[in-house]
Amino acid sequence: MSLSVFMFYLLSGIILTFSVMSVTTRRILRAAVYLLFVLVATSGLYFLLKYEFMAAVQLTLYAGGIVVLIIFSILLTHHISHRFTRPALMNLLMGIGTAVVGSGLVLATLLTHSFKANNAAELPVDMSAIGNQLLSTGKNGYVLPFELISILLLAAMIAAIIVAKKDKNKNSEI
Amino acid sequence: MIEGIGIEHFLVVSTLMFFTGICGFIIRRNLITMLMSIELILNSVNINFLVFNRYLYPDQMQGHFFSLFIVGIAAAEASVAIALIINIYRSLQNIDVENVNEMKY
Repeated sequence: MSLSVFMFYLLSGIILTFSVMSVTTRRILRAAVYLLFVLVATSGLYFLLKYEFMAAVQLTLYAGGIVVLIIFSILLTHHISHRFTRPALMNLLMGIGTAVVGSGLVLATLLTHSFKANNAAELPVDMSAIGNQLLSTGKNGYVLPFELISILLLAAMIAAIIVAKKDKNKNSEI
Repeated sequence: MIEGIGIEHFLVVSTLMFFTGICGFIIRRNLITMLMSIELILNSVNINFLVFNRYLYPDQMQGHFFSLFIVGIAAAEASVAIALIINIYRSLQNIDVENVNEMKY
């Protein structure tokens, strides 16, 4: 068993274990930390697939940004010692039933379909290739979605500030 | 592609992760944990895009760019959702979904 195969099984074991623990634990801060483990292991999978830039983005944006944001909002809205009550039996059955039926269907489809692996030469995914393609207007260029997502991020930033800011003057309309 | 690991292995992992997220989204009654389940779902889709790109079309980069944009949109979504959650907490003093049944504040 080569090292990369071993790493793959280790990382997927971490992903599956901690994602189940993240949705079943009754302490919310632990759920956030388990989510962090899942995200870091996912970036390990990206490193295995040789997408180094994507793995770095995953580490900085998800593990560094979103998890910190979630932990901050947990600390603003919960006591540390807070524990969830157990979910209602009907909800539990519905959730597990949906997950089992859905994953059964998808796995049955996946495992009967034969994927033909393409043996073409691998394109090196380095920074200059990514940058050139992201800003090109020609074939396979992504300059339009790039500009769109910059507008989306600006709108999200303004929206987050407006939604969450304190209303100083109750009489003035926003 | 990685020697000795088929594409199905990755797809099984991401499928199980996706449906764990769905299950958590249905079971949980707290807005922040539901947001975490959504992050799980988005992550599993990202894995799928990258794996299909690496195994089936290694001479192109479409899947890579799609997952890059998904990460950006997930960041925007999380920031707006957390702003809404904090606002709901400010007016209702807790953030369980049962209490959020009117859109007025």
